[in-house]
Amino acid sequence: MTAHRPSADGSPDRDPSAEQAPAAGTRTAPTGRVTTGFGRYLLKHVSGAAVSLLLVLFSSFFIFRLIAGDPIDQLTRERPVTPEQREAMRAELGLDQPMWNQFLDYITGTLTGDLGTSLQFRRPISELVLERLPATLLLAGTGVVLAVLLGFWIGTRAGWKQGSRFDRAHVTTGLLLYSAPTFWLGMIAILVFARYLGLFPVNGMRSPSTPDEFLPQALDIGHHLVLPVLTYTAVVYAGYLMVMRSSILDEVGADYLTTARAKGLRDDAVRRRHAVPNALLPTITLVFLAIGGIVNGAIVTETVFSWPGLGSLFVSSIFYPDRPMLQALFVLFSSSTIVAVLGAEILYWFIDPRIRKS
Amino acid sequence: MSTQAQSLSPRAVTWARRRRAMARAWRDYRTQRSGMVGLVLLGLIVVLAVAAPLLIDASALSVTQATGGRMEPPSAEFWLGTDETGRSVLALTLWGTRLSLVIGLTATVAAILVGTLVGITSGHVGGWYGWIALRVSDWFMVLPSLVVAIALLAVLGRSVATTVTVIAIVSWSGTARLVRAQTLTVQARPYLERARALGAGHWHQMTRHILPNVLPLVLASATLLVPSAILMESSLAWLGLGDPNVVSWGSILNRASNNGAVSAHAWWYLLPPGLAILVVVAAFMMCGRALEAVFNPRLRGEAP
Repeated sequence: MTAHRPSADGSPDRDPSAEQAPAAGTRTAPTGRVTTGFGRYLLKHVSGAAVSLLLVLFSSFFIFRLIAGDPIDQLTRERPVTPEQREAMRAELGLDQPMWNQFLDYITGTLTGDLGTSLQFRRPISELVLERLPATLLLAGTGVVLAVLLGFWIGTRAGWKQGSRFDRAHVTTGLLLYSAPTFWLGMIAILVFARYLGLFPVNGMRSPSTPDEFLPQALDIGHHLVLPVLTYTAVVYAGYLMVMRSSILDEVGADYLTTARAKGLRDDAVRRRHAVPNALLPTITLVFLAIGGIVNGAIVTETVFSWPGLGSLFVSSIFYPDRPMLQALFVLFSSSTIVAVLGAEILYWFIDPRIRKS
Repeated sequence: MSTQAQSLSPRAVTWARRRRAMARAWRDYRTQRSGMVGLVLLGLIVVLAVAAPLLIDASALSVTQATGGRMEPPSAEFWLGTDETGRSVLALTLWGTRLSLVIGLTATVAAILVGTLVGITSGHVGGWYGWIALRVSDWFMVLPSLVVAIALLAVLGRSVATTVTVIAIVSWSGTARLVRAQTLTVQARPYLERARALGAGHWHQMTRHILPNVLPLVLASATLLVPSAILMESSLAWLGLGDPNVVSWGSILNRASNNGAVSAHAWWYLLPPGLAILVVVAAFMMCGRALEAVFNPRLRGEAP
């Protein structure tokens, strides 16, 4: 089928098999074909993601156990220890085992949810991660939803009226916000809105004085959430804006839009019902590929605002240094992006018919 | 006779063609206002960075020789106020330009070299090697760059060299993918078939035919990589992972947050380094977008 040369003669898409399939088979035949197609597609992407996840485990072991050197030196930096104590610590942490055994222990431990013990909190890492996870999801989730909505909406309008005042103003604003370092924007937001104007709390997620009921607590968290979410959105939305804008620009001259206008549709309807759905597809791919950026932004924003999530936990572990925690969060952040991209690829099967055809 | 022989020399023909192409690219570039604004800004910034020792002596960076008070607001003596040790924020910001630019540029050059090498070889050679190279660059592309950079810096130690290495490690993959895609396109063109038929080896094909064709794209992508490298450096330095012995914009802001500049309302301490990052990054982005529009006809005329 690849040898087939479509549109060499200017005729529209000629895929003989696609045209014959419904006619040749019974009702079940095409359905069966689609399922095996999806099965193969799924298998290909799931196995790819599995290899990526293994690579993450492997590289985290490589970074934190091999090039990081002996953790005992780090742990005993400030106090004198006898060689016997060192040996005891090594045995306790499993460091007296051969490297290969350590690696297997590490892999099985991670796969069964045992991420080790944090050095700074002296508690199981999985417990700490579960405690901190909701705060991160709240901040990053709200921020991403806002950024996507804002970016797509402005991007569509800017691309639709390319070169207009609206377009130029928003592209410039987006470019400037995109150029600002997240942490600096956060610091300035704190300085202006929390310190000078006193509108919002300086940092954290809750005030200690809030009554212990649902509504006051929710309002308090919402109040604390405003500045971090705005900072986060400000930096992230510009990327979505640019992608959506150039995607719309690709569609603007298309013939089907002229047809839609010729039918007498209003400009608004042409944009919303015809141009946007087509422009969304490439945009969604890019947005999912940029998921790593969401994690980056969350780490920096949480640190600026002392937001009690996983990002600030990661940063606070650098200087302790809490190697097991760093390692666990490295694996967690990396694998969550891999899983998210896998999810996007599966979603793509359902929203883009072209993938099903090829 | 001799003039004709000269004009027929393949090298001369090639270079004449390249000069024409460059002149055309420059003409297209000049029509883009934001690209020209970015270029002028960059020129000014580079001049300031190079001339820093002439404008303000390096002794202004020394904590022991500081003459100002603790976090003084701007005055006639200190135009942009002082930091917590009494040093001039203006001097710090000006000198910070050098390090931020050097790290951003070096890391970009390293990333571009690796990315181009991997991209061309994986696209040209293909097979198992090409598949593995593609998977590895995809893997690097998906991983959150800051997480990888923090993890590496936390174990490698803090210095300018490690910062550059780490930024290069997290940013080569985009270039590799781009170059690979372009290599595959070039590869399919008939003149490569002709070159192969005439007995051109892999090295000749890659350096003489593919490389010149991917270079414009590489240039545009490099210009867009510098700002992200500068932002990455400033984030890492702000987190406290920069070289403790040098001054960069990120490290100035790191000290500002550690010494309570925000609660002291010391806006003069926060604004200059941050604005400097913003201006440099925006200037590079404007140049990069203009270059992209020059080399990618689809985007032409799109510049704001």
